[in-house]
Order: sequence, then structure tokens, then C-alpha cells
Amino acid sequence: MRHIISLLMVNEAGALSRVAGLFSARGYNIESLTVAPTEDLTLSRMTIVTSGSDAVIEQINKQLNKLVDVIAVLDLSEGDHLERELMLIKLKAEGEDREELKRMADIFRGRIIDVSGTSYTVELTGSRAKLDNFIAAISSDLILETVRTGASGIGRGERILKI
Amino acid sequence: MELTGAEIVVRCLQEEQVEYVFGYPGGAVLFIYDELFKQDKVKHVLVRHEQGAVHAADGYARSSEKVGVALVTSGPGLTNAVTGIATAYMDSIPMVVISGQVPTSVIGEDAFQEVDAVGITRPCVKHNFLVKDPGDIASTIKKAFYLARTGRPGPVLVDIPKDVSNQKAIFEYPTEVSIRSYSTPGKGDSTAIRHAAQMLLEAKRPVVYAGGGVILSNAATELTALVKLLGLPCTNTLMGLGGYPGTDELSLGMLGMHGTYEANMAMQHCDVLLAIGARFDDRVIGNVDHFAQVPRKIIHLDIDPSSIAKRVKVDLPIVGDVKLVLAELLDVLRSSKQKPDATVLADWWREIEGWRTRGGRLAYRNSDEIIKPQYVIEKLYEITGGDAIITSDVGQHQMWAAQYYKFDKPRRWINSGGLGTMGFGLPAAMGAQLINPDATVACVTGEGSIQMNIQELSTCKQFRLPIKVVALNNRYLGMVRQWQEFFHGNRYSESYMDALPDFVKLAEAYGHIGMRIDKPSDVEPALREAFARKDDLVFMDFRTDSTENVFPMVPGGKGLSEVILSEDL
Repeated sequence: MRHIISLLMVNEAGALSRVAGLFSARGYNIESLTVAPTEDLTLSRMTIVTSGSDAVIEQINKQLNKLVDVIAVLDLSEGDHLERELMLIKLKAEGEDREELKRMADIFRGRIIDVSGTSYTVELTGSRAKLDNFIAAISSDLILETVRTGASGIGRGERILKI
Repeated sequence: MELTGAEIVVRCLQEEQVEYVFGYPGGAVLFIYDELFKQDKVKHVLVRHEQGAVHAADGYARSSEKVGVALVTSGPGLTNAVTGIATAYMDSIPMVVISGQVPTSVIGEDAFQEVDAVGITRPCVKHNFLVKDPGDIASTIKKAFYLARTGRPGPVLVDIPKDVSNQKAIFEYPTEVSIRSYSTPGKGDSTAIRHAAQMLLEAKRPVVYAGGGVILSNAATELTALVKLLGLPCTNTLMGLGGYPGTDELSLGMLGMHGTYEANMAMQHCDVLLAIGARFDDRVIGNVDHFAQVPRKIIHLDIDPSSIAKRVKVDLPIVGDVKLVLAELLDVLRSSKQKPDATVLADWWREIEGWRTRGGRLAYRNSDEIIKPQYVIEKLYEITGGDAIITSDVGQHQMWAAQYYKFDKPRRWINSGGLGTMGFGLPAAMGAQLINPDATVACVTGEGSIQMNIQELSTCKQFRLPIKVVALNNRYLGMVRQWQEFFHGNRYSESYMDALPDFVKLAEAYGHIGMRIDKPSDVEPALREAFARKDDLVFMDFRTDSTENVFPMVPGGKGLSEVILSEDL
């Protein structure tokens, strides 16, 4: 089953590779991983999307907690949460496609953030499914390039991961 | 007070009351060696290969309750140390390894003797540090010792670039450590402990399965009291030998791949299993699905939550320091009015006795013509009064030593259980002998393993370490040969050790005493003579039966009750 795990860790050189190394060494799956410093610059917040049986997910949580650099781990998918992913997608936009692509971006509440004579770059935020749907809605020969961040997640309401 | 980084390193070691550092100098650690030279509080033991340094620090830690310390240079110094570090990591041994690094100005430029030490060791340390500022050395070393010895212990690496060891900084050794992302379990959950007590009292077929955590937590007294209080059958893992007295009638001996028949059958047929500081690894429970077929209740007590429910489903997890949890469990049981049902327990013991008879305990057929390796260990046990510190290498000799030397006390049996590192025994014995100068220390080894760190005979000479090397020389990589006999159609691919050295001459070349023993009748006199030489290292080359196999054996991938006993073949 798909799980989205949030963790707080010290913002130090090597901390990311400890997490990435743990996943590869123990054969855990990483679908996506995002990380950046928090408002407290000594801390980094990471979101990992992974999948596995309940036993594997339990081990992932325990093994992450065991890393000395990791301060707190929360499996967001155990409760109400929000997740968003950012995609930048460059589309071949020529002739009558230009109008159609503009309309499609609007329908998906994307923003065109760069325009050239032959292309649009669209910024799109949403769930993984929404981004997948956008890609599916565009003819594949019009897609020049896609960049996705992977999901960032946060608990709903009072569900807070902070120290 | 301003000191150089190197001075700070040495001052930190003094503050930690480190008596011995095992190491090997090189370019990147020259400033640190210079400071070691100028003082005599911290003694340095010059090994002949960095792997030996780390194993020696490991043997030092295992045979005492201290943190072992090794010091190596950058590049090959560090890579040579990695096997030792991984060995300590797998067995949770408290250790601090200090490595030199190339100067910060050239890190990342493929400088001479540069290797990414932090990167290479990351999967086999509890934690590691690269220190880039001399002002951080003291707090980092303090943290390293703290991390190494608290919680589930393990090796910690501190990598120090050469320029950092030469720059000055204010030295102040911190009195306390605070690592906000690190906490260590102490007492267990009291409700869970009461629940565990109830399960044990009501169990019809209970078994205690105790591992290395009992040794590391110094909980042998508590374990022994618990087992005796309830009259429970107790089996110890390879790492846990000595945690419960091996000669006691409640002891089932070692379990696992080469464990006793009764221990494995009891594990398979019990209704309540109390696992203490053990991790259900593949060499202990065999096939995990076969193990799980039996609906027993498992109580698992461990300091590391990630050891619990890793391989088997656990009914009652208790996270905590084994010693503290056992003490509380004992209190609960002692104050309980309820006692175990003696009749039910007697029935269970009768069943176990049946397995003991069927398994023939640990039996082998002795011979007048050829030396049986098990016989050597039995005589070793007799002659040392069962009270020596025994280190071992890895293979058949290790299993025979574990089976036939009955360890009654903890920290007497020192072997590489998790990683299974050949070459561990001799350097580990050096560390053990240094910290226990009055103890009898013997290294049980094979002709294959001993050659993996044979160079340390030179260190033993320099530091006058009167270790007794008991080599069971069967001219084969015995365990490999055994598997080839059982599972590879007797095709002994590369397991015959041709062109062996003359170990007697070799020992003499290093300045020691060598003995070669060919006849069973010479085994005992030779051992007596060797152990009477209190001040000398004696290398005993026992020419043993090359066809002997280790029994019982649960083949890889099989269940604990699917065991091969010696008479089956």
C-alpha cells in the first residue's frame, strides 16, 4: 500500500544520504522524496512516498526513527492529510494547439509561466492523480519536458509535526 | 585554553579514561600520533593491519564493559578498518573509530589516500561524523562515546582532516551530551511487564530465548534469577552464551542452525516464548514461515524497537533496557501470589528430556587414531576450568567451541556472530588479554581463519600477550566443505587448503612457541603444557579429522524441527 511519510531531521550534510541509503540498503521502495529546510534552519522536513506491506511500513518507520539525524517521523497516510505536488511541463504550442493548450491549462488551474513562439511552460500543482490526468489529457507528442517534485505532505487541522 | 586539534583528540581520550588505543599511523593522523607520543596516559597498541586494530578494540569492548577505540589513517587505513567496523556493528559493540582524512582544502579532489570515509562506513556504523572545525572535535568525540555506549550500542566513526588536527581551538571537554534527535529507552512499560509476568505464569510450555542483548546490558544476574525463579527452560543464542550458565540443568544450550536438538524443538513447540535481547535472525530460527506455523505467543524484550516484529509477529513487545525490564519483571513475579503450575511444567520438562535423549545431547564418536575437534574443545574446557576467555574465528571450529565449551559467565565467549568475520579471533584475543591481563585467553581458530590476520602474532610479541592459539587444523575450509558435502554433491570446490605453512615454524618465526599435535593421546598433555606457560603465546596446531561435520544441523531455509542429527547420516 502507498504511504506518505513525513520526517523532521537535522539540516546537516549527509543527513539526506543516511535516509536514502537506508532505503536502498534495506530494499525499501521510494516513489518520491522531497526535502528542504524548515522555518527553523537547523531542521529539514522531508516527505517520502513509499509503498509496502504493513510490516514493511512499520520497519521503515522504526528504522527512520533509529537514525541519529532523524528527530520525528509521522506516517501521514495513517490519518487526514493533504498532499501536493508541483509539476513544470513544457508543451509544444504552435498554430491552433496554442489556444487548446491554454484552455487545458485553465481547466486544470495551471498557470502558463513561460511563453515562446513555439512553446508554453505550464506550472501545475495538485495531487499526483491530478498531474497524471493533465499529462493524460495532452497529446503525448506535444509534451517536450516534464519536471515533477514528488509529493509534499502535511497533516490536516491539529495534526502537526513539529518539535 | 587553546590546543591543536590533535592535542584535543588525545585530551578527549584521556577524559574518556581510555587505557588503550589500537591503531596504525599514516600521513593524515601524524599530528595525532605526535600528541600520543608526548603523553603516557593513553597507551597505543601498534597492530600490523588496521582490521586487526578494530577487532582488537572490539575484543577489548566485549570482554569488558568499556568502549573500544581504534585509530587509523585515511584512505587504505580506513578501508582496511571497514570489516572490523561492520563486525562490531552487526554485534552491537560499543566502539569509537577515529580516522584521519586528507586536508579540508583537497577533500573531493581525489587526493592521495583520500576516501569518503563517512560515505563508505555509513551503512555499518551507528553514526559517523566528519569534523571540519577544531572547535568541534571535543563535542564530537564526547557525542561519539555517548552514542557508542548508550541505547543499542554500536561503532561510531569520527573522521578528522589533517589540517583540522593541526589548527588550534579552545579546549573544553563537555560534561553533558545533548542530541535532540536521539533518546535511549530505559525502563519498559510497566503494564506490558505485568502482562508478560501473567503470560509466563500461565504458560504450559514456556521457553526463554536469550541473546547478546543480555550480555551487552549486563543482565546475566537478572536473567539467571528469572529463569530459576520460574524453573523455565532457557536457551542462549551464539551471541548470548554465558548470559545464562551453560552448565545449569535449566539450560538447553545454544539454539539455531547448530544448536542442540532440545533447544530447537523447545523453540518450535513452546506456547509462550520470552525473547530477550535477541533478534530471531535466520541462523537462529531457520525458515521464518516454518517457525510461524506454530501458534505460540511471543513476548519480545529489546532495547531497539526495530528489532521487534522485524522477522516474526510479536504478541507483546516491550521496548527497554533488558536489565531494567528484567529487574522489574522479577519484582512483579516475586510479589505475585500466583506460581507456575508445577505439574504442567513438569510435563513440559519431560517432553524436553525426551528430545535431549533423542538428540543424544551433543554427541560425537571419539577416536584413538585421529583427533576429533570436539575432543580438543572438551579438553580445553577441562584444562581451563571453564573459566577462560575464548575468542573464536568463523567456521566449524566456532560452532564446536560454542557447543562444547560451557560458558557459565558473560563476556567469556567472544566471536563474530552477525557478520561472521574470519580473522576476528586473534586480534580480538589481543584486546581481551590487554584489558584482562590476569585472565586466561584462548583463541579457537582454524587454519583458514588464522591466516586472515596471522600478522597480529607480531603485535602479540611486541606487547607480550600470552594468548593460547588453539588451531583446529583439518586442511579444509571446514564449514564450506561441510556444505559442499551436504548440498553440492561432494564437489569440494576451492575448499581444500593446499600449501599450508608449517605453523610451528611460523609461530617460532614470530618469536612464539609452536606445537604440532597429531595424536589424540597427545591432546591433553599438549594443552596442559601450553596453558602452564603463563607468559608465552603458544600456537597449538591440532591436526584434526578433516571429515568431521558439525551436528546438529538445521539446513539453510529449513525449519527448526527439520534438523539433521549425526546418526541420520
